[in-house]
Amino acid sequence: MSDHASEPPVLEITGLCLSYYTRAGEVPAVYDFDLTVAKGESVGLVGESGCGKSTVANGVMRYMGHNGDIVGGTIKFKGRDMAEMSEEEIRRVRGKDIAMIYQEPMASLNPSLTIGQQLMEVPIIHEGVNKAEAFQRAYDMLSAVHIPDPKRLMISYPHQVSGGQQQRVVIAMALLSRPALLLLDEPTTALDVTVEAGIVELIAELSRETGSSLLYISHNLGLMLEVCDRICVMYSGEVVEEGTIDSIFSWPKHPYTQGLFGCIPLPHADKNARPLVSIKGQLPLPHERPEGCNFGPRCGFFEQGQCDKGLIPMEGVHTDDDPAHRVRCRRWEGIDVTEAVRVDEVREPIEVGETVLEVADMRKYYKVRDRSLAALVSGGAVREVKANESISFRAGEGETVAIVGESGCGKSTFAKVLMGLETATDGEVTLDGTDLGGIPVNKRTAAQLSSLQMVFQNPNDTLNPSHSVGYQIGRVIKRFGIERDSVKRKDRVYELLDTVKLPRAFMTRKPRQLSGGQKQRVGIARAFAGNPKTVIADEPISALDVSVAAAVTELLMDIQREHRTTLLFISHDLSAVRYLSDRVVVMYLGQIMERGSTGQIFAPPYHPYTEALLSAVPIADPEVERRRIVLEGSLPSPLDPPKGCPFSTRCPRKLGEICDNEAPPLQTNADRHVIACHIPLEELREVEPVISIPDRDELHAAQ
Amino acid sequence: MVQLIIRRIGMMILIMLVVALLLFLINEGDPRLIARSILGPYAQDQQLNAWVIENGYDRSVIVRYFEWIGRIFSGDLGDSVIYKRPVSEIFWDRLGNTGILAGVTFVIMVLIALTLGVLAGMKEGSLQDRAISVFSIITTSIPEYASAVFLVGIFVFWLGWLPGTSSMTSGFDPVQMILPVLVLTLYGFGYIARMTRASMAEVMTTPYIRTAVLKGLPYRHIILKHALRNALIAPFTVIMLQINWLLSGVVVTEFAFGYKGFGALLLEAALRRDIFVIEACGVAAVFVAVFTQTVGDLGYTYLNPRIRFK
Amino acid sequence: MSDVPRMNAVSTPLSRLGASFAGSLRPVFLLRESPVGMIGAGIVLGFVILAIFAEFIAPFDPNATMVPFAYPGAEAPEGGIFLLGTDHLGRDILSRIIFGGQRVLFYATAATVAAYVVGILMGLAAGYFRGYLDEILSFVANVILSFPIMVLYVLIIAKVGASGINIIFAVVFASSPGIMRIVRGVTMDIATRDYIAAAQTRGEGPWYIMLMEILPNARGPLIVDFCLRMGYTTITIGALGFLGLGLPPPDPDWGGMITETRAFVSGGFPHMAILPACAVSLLVLGFNLLADGLREVSLKD
Repeated sequence: MSDHASEPPVLEITGLCLSYYTRAGEVPAVYDFDLTVAKGESVGLVGESGCGKSTVANGVMRYMGHNGDIVGGTIKFKGRDMAEMSEEEIRRVRGKDIAMIYQEPMASLNPSLTIGQQLMEVPIIHEGVNKAEAFQRAYDMLSAVHIPDPKRLMISYPHQVSGGQQQRVVIAMALLSRPALLLLDEPTTALDVTVEAGIVELIAELSRETGSSLLYISHNLGLMLEVCDRICVMYSGEVVEEGTIDSIFSWPKHPYTQGLFGCIPLPHADKNARPLVSIKGQLPLPHERPEGCNFGPRCGFFEQGQCDKGLIPMEGVHTDDDPAHRVRCRRWEGIDVTEAVRVDEVREPIEVGETVLEVADMRKYYKVRDRSLAALVSGGAVREVKANESISFRAGEGETVAIVGESGCGKSTFAKVLMGLETATDGEVTLDGTDLGGIPVNKRTAAQLSSLQMVFQNPNDTLNPSHSVGYQIGRVIKRFGIERDSVKRKDRVYELLDTVKLPRAFMTRKPRQLSGGQKQRVGIARAFAGNPKTVIADEPISALDVSVAAAVTELLMDIQREHRTTLLFISHDLSAVRYLSDRVVVMYLGQIMERGSTGQIFAPPYHPYTEALLSAVPIADPEVERRRIVLEGSLPSPLDPPKGCPFSTRCPRKLGEICDNEAPPLQTNADRHVIACHIPLEELREVEPVISIPDRDELHAAQ
Repeated sequence: MVQLIIRRIGMMILIMLVVALLLFLINEGDPRLIARSILGPYAQDQQLNAWVIENGYDRSVIVRYFEWIGRIFSGDLGDSVIYKRPVSEIFWDRLGNTGILAGVTFVIMVLIALTLGVLAGMKEGSLQDRAISVFSIITTSIPEYASAVFLVGIFVFWLGWLPGTSSMTSGFDPVQMILPVLVLTLYGFGYIARMTRASMAEVMTTPYIRTAVLKGLPYRHIILKHALRNALIAPFTVIMLQINWLLSGVVVTEFAFGYKGFGALLLEAALRRDIFVIEACGVAAVFVAVFTQTVGDLGYTYLNPRIRFK
Repeated sequence: MSDVPRMNAVSTPLSRLGASFAGSLRPVFLLRESPVGMIGAGIVLGFVILAIFAEFIAPFDPNATMVPFAYPGAEAPEGGIFLLGTDHLGRDILSRIIFGGQRVLFYATAATVAAYVVGILMGLAAGYFRGYLDEILSFVANVILSFPIMVLYVLIIAKVGASGINIIFAVVFASSPGIMRIVRGVTMDIATRDYIAAAQTRGEGPWYIMLMEILPNARGPLIVDFCLRMGYTTITIGALGFLGLGLPPPDPDWGGMITETRAFVSGGFPHMAILPACAVSLLVLGFNLLADGLREVSLKD
């Protein structure tokens, strides 16, 4: 990192303070922020939402919006103070010397200009080249970001290409003038994990080739491990720890950093033997930060008189790996942060009871009316979208079954059919001996409704903003006829609030007064209000920050354990799935690719799609080794699926024509482990494991 | 795209036919009322009945409706009771007058509204924005009949610069156009300006404008190439819908200034139950309104590449 | 909020309606953050007070003919002052404006509320049930909305005659399709939310979902639109009066007052028509500013 010590660092930030001005007055979003990015270095900025990491990027770009301002500190770009630059100079730096890549590629591209126009204007404006030259530059750059058929793309509009390709276009746009510094603000968060893997690989490749420095902003510690040399961990507007990747991952010094690791379902975590440890409390609002250490009220090592006074400076830690490792904690020398993360309590695994839910050959087809004249003439005006095709599995009492897949795989449609919000086209969905597949929600009896409830994905959508928390939970109890007396009903609501660990005062609160995690807890209380036999949880934690997600996950499992509820956990997050589920169903384009117990799914033989999916998930543990498989192409349109195996268009292990033309056979590997693939099981069994996990206990012993 | 146009035009014809049916039922649903309006209030029941039979009004409504549609297509709009002449002799002149008034107003109004709207929306919350917004909110609060009185007070009574009526009795006089155009423009431009402002302000906060800024593009280039193109898509529909509102304003304004247009004709006919004139005016008004709405919808889809290239 | 322990959160539908009504007033409380909105609210409130206490505030009988062609400030023969002068028949303009405001506010409110009831029910049904019902209702709305609105009013009033109830009828007929479109759009949006799915999966009926789960969340845009429409209905009632299709004389009506006296504007008595024109414009401005302020605070939220 210090190879270029002679020239000034690309970016040098000292004492930066950034504020927003709102109704409540000045809100300091970031303060006392120091950061140095050397030439060719990639630095990660990691933290949960609201910690101020994106604000830093905006500050560097001097783009704070009309209500934000830089209130202190200096930002030097290649040794020049940016505050001294004129508007015109800043403009010339933007896009030429410092470029930015954003979270939502679709929104970042102008919908009414072609991709070519948007790319070409960069060299035209910054370097004054002519149109032909600009076209060539744009074309070459599109090829460099591995876009097939760049010629066609140049004349396409952004909405005509897939999300992954859009992000590649944004990256190409940023790199067109070979910037010295590239800011990436959660560049892959909006993308599916297999697409994300491709983009991350591309970013790493390009930064190696161009020598650009990177400032990579993300909430995902696993991604940091892959892209960055050094990381800064942010909490509530300030950096709490910084150091090299190795140093931070191996020797985290700040209780918050360690707390984050405790919240991530790493491969060695186990819901019974080694459960996740969430961080208590929640992020303070910017104007309610405590005196002293911001993390104090949530910290297990908090000590009065020491942690709650004055400004706490960054101190050098000097680990073996990194002499520059620094931490913002007064007590770092006296504490062993790994202590907080060990939980001695070992929980008994839930014994799985009799089958509660059985899905047999369930299909859900949507009719899409094609109103084009050609279709009317040829008579094919009604086309079918096969959202779910022959879905079969069963779940026992107290069992957790995960349904995994990326967007468009049909997992949400499946949930809707179960809940009766849609009806199955064919097949059976048997719950407690009754076939519910064809019964829409308004025809179901109260008993049928109450035995199957749902926890929804989006915390901001799950509760009606107009009604109080108490009313929304109480209404369920009333509808299901559990408690007719209004006083008793109120007591029951209190009990449920206790169960989800929310204060009883929340009874009268409106959803807007609650944080995301709290709303999700109310959603869980509501789902369990009618004592359901089965609960479907549709991505219940995907919109939450890691520390909140861990708490909600643990809560969900505690309640499940207590009530012996069958849990259908719908998710795209394989780490969470591995952690909490007993059985896994892997879906792709509406069909089941593989199903089996969690152990069976996460070890060979794999379905090639499961294999790719596993390899795409970043894991925040440097000890874990992972084989990389990057899928080509994008998800086929469900209107026009491949004729044979749905995965055949992207499968790295494709055999040949048979995959294109014939539906794959269901091969049974072991008891209830089924793989839908043409490749013989013997061959699949010989595939190397994607992930190799060293034995943690041995490592600890060695230390 | 072609299908869309065909479908929209089909829809337009359907709406026209239904609207025409409504108009027809209101006016000619009860044949005795027609007889009454033609024979006058003192006609006896027997006379009315005789008239109904004699003129074929005893046949079913549907048959008469289609006959009526056929007559309209052949240019026969019936005879006016008040003027005792074929409606077509009066009607087209009046429609032409209104066309001049509305056309001039429309051009001026749209130019002013788009300019002010873009200027205001470019810098949301600036002094320029606030001034334009307040000005346009005030002008949209003054209905045509009120601003007509104000402007006549100022320009006719106080300054004495302009004539107070626009009856054009001695041939076409551009000076007499000034007040009606002013009245219609003042009331109508604010709405378009505010929609343009909102659209522009929204576009200015989108991530793709941020992308353009952080690409280091000059401000002028961002406004002209990146913002305007997107910001003017939504107001386009509003502008086309405004023609519908303009026709409403025309009725009031023509009455206020004694301008011999179709609005004044409609009002006169409505007050005196001149059935065939009402029908002609109604059909014409709805035709213009539906036609411009269709153009607005189609234009919107054409301007929006997200729909155009699906 | 949490220190109100006696508040029964699991409550009866009636008290729920009350609570959601109180909730719907929230934007009104926030209005104090918008100076523009406060001015608008002040203007509207002023007219409302004048209307309610018209009998006590108005100095003269609005229909009494006293001294014709009196300028503002002239003294009345039986004592008192014609603050705003008199019209060509010698009626006190101030009193006529006050009583005219009473009528306008009454009919505008009644008509707009009625149009809202119809429009909301149609919009909820179209947006929630979708399918054929939606197509039929939307087609009807398209047909009505394709009329230039004043042409429609002229046609309706000419057919059914000018009276208060007919004006209400005409306004409902002409403006409920517009309200329906707004409600339909918002309903289709809200219907995709998870809390609606949650209500369905606990077995709530469609009308409970529409009225209790969807409608309260649609109030933001509807309150703003309501204020705008109040302004527009005020304009319409005035326009009908101006065209001679309005409320029957001799009771005062702003539009009618303008049309009766506008011939005298260029003849030396501009106040007779200008003052009622000011009244209309001011009240409409009040509604428009109020709507603008409400929109501003609801966007900030």
